[in-house]
Amino acid sequence: MKILTAPRMERCIGCHSCSLACARQVHKNLSWNTAGIRIASSGGLSTGFEARTCLACDPAPCAAACPTGAYAQRKGGGVVVRKKLCIRCGECAAACPVDAVYLSADGEPFVCIHCGRCVPFCPHDCLEHKEIGGEAAAAEAPDGGES
Amino acid sequence: MIRDHFRVMRVDLNTGRGEIQTLEGRDLYAGGSGLAALLFSKFARPDKPWDDPDQPLIFAIGPLTGLFPLMSKTVCAFKSPYHDQFAESHGGGRSALALRFADLDALVVTGKARTLSCLSIGSRHMEVKDVHFMRGFDIHATGKLFRRMFPGAGHRSILRIGPAGEALSAMACIIVDTYRHFGRLGAGAVMGAKNLKGIAIQGDGSFPLPEGKDYPKLFQDVYGLLTATEMMHKYHNLGTAENVIVMNELKALPFRNMQRTSDPSAVEISGEKFAEKTLLRNAACAGCPVGCIHLGFVREKFMEPNQYLYRQVSYDHEPIFAVGCMLAVTDPFAALDIMEEADKVGLDVMSAGVALAWATEASEKGLVSTAETVVPLRFGDAAAYQQAMWHLARGENEFYRLLASGTLRAAKRFGGEDFACVLGQEMAGYATGEVFFVSQALGLRHSHLDSGGYSFDQKHTEKDAAKAVEFLITDEASRCFLTAMVSCLFARGVYTEARLADCLKAVGYAGLAENIGAVSKRIQGERWRLRLATGYEPERVEIPRRFSEVVTWKGPIDGQYLSALKTEYSRRIRSLATEAAQAGSADAETRKKGKEA
Repeated sequence: MKILTAPRMERCIGCHSCSLACARQVHKNLSWNTAGIRIASSGGLSTGFEARTCLACDPAPCAAACPTGAYAQRKGGGVVVRKKLCIRCGECAAACPVDAVYLSADGEPFVCIHCGRCVPFCPHDCLEHKEIGGEAAAAEAPDGGES
Repeated sequence: MIRDHFRVMRVDLNTGRGEIQTLEGRDLYAGGSGLAALLFSKFARPDKPWDDPDQPLIFAIGPLTGLFPLMSKTVCAFKSPYHDQFAESHGGGRSALALRFADLDALVVTGKARTLSCLSIGSRHMEVKDVHFMRGFDIHATGKLFRRMFPGAGHRSILRIGPAGEALSAMACIIVDTYRHFGRLGAGAVMGAKNLKGIAIQGDGSFPLPEGKDYPKLFQDVYGLLTATEMMHKYHNLGTAENVIVMNELKALPFRNMQRTSDPSAVEISGEKFAEKTLLRNAACAGCPVGCIHLGFVREKFMEPNQYLYRQVSYDHEPIFAVGCMLAVTDPFAALDIMEEADKVGLDVMSAGVALAWATEASEKGLVSTAETVVPLRFGDAAAYQQAMWHLARGENEFYRLLASGTLRAAKRFGGEDFACVLGQEMAGYATGEVFFVSQALGLRHSHLDSGGYSFDQKHTEKDAAKAVEFLITDEASRCFLTAMVSCLFARGVYTEARLADCLKAVGYAGLAENIGAVSKRIQGERWRLRLATGYEPERVEIPRRFSEVVTWKGPIDGQYLSALKTEYSRRIRSLATEAAQAGSADAETRKKGKEA
């Protein structure tokens, strides 16, 4: 299984093309919030950017917290999402240790599904979509160690 | 979000209350420049001065903002402290996408807050807060406090003014997200006059996309053109700073208060040198994968033995021209120091640099002394210019107050009008010839981007005033539609009229797509109508003698051609405004008859 990582965030120019691409392609939204990857400036623009995205936990605390099975453990890390099962309780977002689950104004959760469709839209090659083992995933700081 | 009308937030600072207004006219005025003109027409009081609390400060985006890449600018419209007339200034950063995701086509601020205040808006909130404790804060300190006060890192835009805006300087800019600016014609003073230190826009909304396959496919095509081809290479590579050497080789680079148009030392402050010595990284406006923002660094030894601090400063061709070439400061780090100082105090660096270049020559000629300039101004003396930026921003004495109101005003009082490098406002960094000089001097924004006069100069040798002015008028109309969208003008090669029509159709604006030509002309005419209604007389614009004395690669400037261009352009501007006024009356008459029927 492949996962999305953001290993070169020091290259990020803050264009938000990745977030917009995720929202557009995966969620059919115009948004930089309802997306599996969100870009934030870390302490103002002068200090660069960080990516808020799923670190592919295994086991995933959000899946464990989900009471209805809308979030289930994904093989290789992260979660498989079944939107129809979601009751919008927000437990997944509360359980995520790295703020990777975004809750929309009406409580719908959005998280990275590790499809990699954002990757081609990054003009500076900050992102990667690759096969990764459990140990390697744990050793790599997915957003350049800035989170 | 995709709608046949405009959704506008109007905030009245007198009461601290806001209201959402729905405005018709999408198919007539599109958005951006068109919407800003429409709102100015609705809210502004042409008979009252620029700093009257009733005057509006307008920020408008376009129908494609967020939906396509590089639709990433915001148009700011206001009555300018520089000439007390209708004015437009364009800025980027995150402002456009933040407004889009706040679900607003425009923000209109009227009134005056009782104390120094800030405004925070989003898709689900609006508040005006007292920030009297920020009085006198520079733009960095202001930004830091705003970031602490308002959540939403990454998805908020923070517009703020520095001491220059608070001092109502006609050269005060509005800084957007640290590295971008609504630079020209004094928008910062309009915020100052409203007691408004800053605006935080939270882009916290989301919207469903248009159904069907057209939009995703077209997005992919446009994105590919903007990133995978060479079309935007210049802006991503050296940025606009690439122009320094190009202009210098053409003998079209104003140098040392335009005493000359090329200089061997220009190579020291070229885009190449800035990249090699100072470039830290690129950054981008939200929604733009090109990343044309170039951030250089300066470091300062603030204490012995080895205590340093560092700062990041954005640079472009224009700031390099204004505080490098014009002030004969040919060390990139020294030029960045001056840019940083202008930014900190919230001055438009182009206007301020050109103004100080005049002040330096006036000092050399003995027209002013340190009694006026406080610090001795000498070409090349970067440290003095850093100090002078503060005097200019605060309006330290009568001299600096006059200078900040416009170089020609100071020159009329102290002498030296001949060498004031002013074309409607302080000049831009192109001395390409007669057509550019007239296009900036008379142009609506007095910007080199109003129309491609600088390009016409480079491509034509014949001296046909009617043909040149026809080009300016036609080019301006097409740029009006781009700035109504509000596209970054760097993308004008990609966003052709045909492609814009496709984009508009793909997201549901078929009416606009079919009438681009008519809408462009309507916006162009309406902007000129507003400019003239607020007192503009194009015939009275002065082009100082220095512009007739320069020599470009084409040879000396032809005074007669310059004069013929000015006469013809003035005539055409007047007829555009008259036609717009007549069309407006006819529309009103039709509406009246419709109601009566």
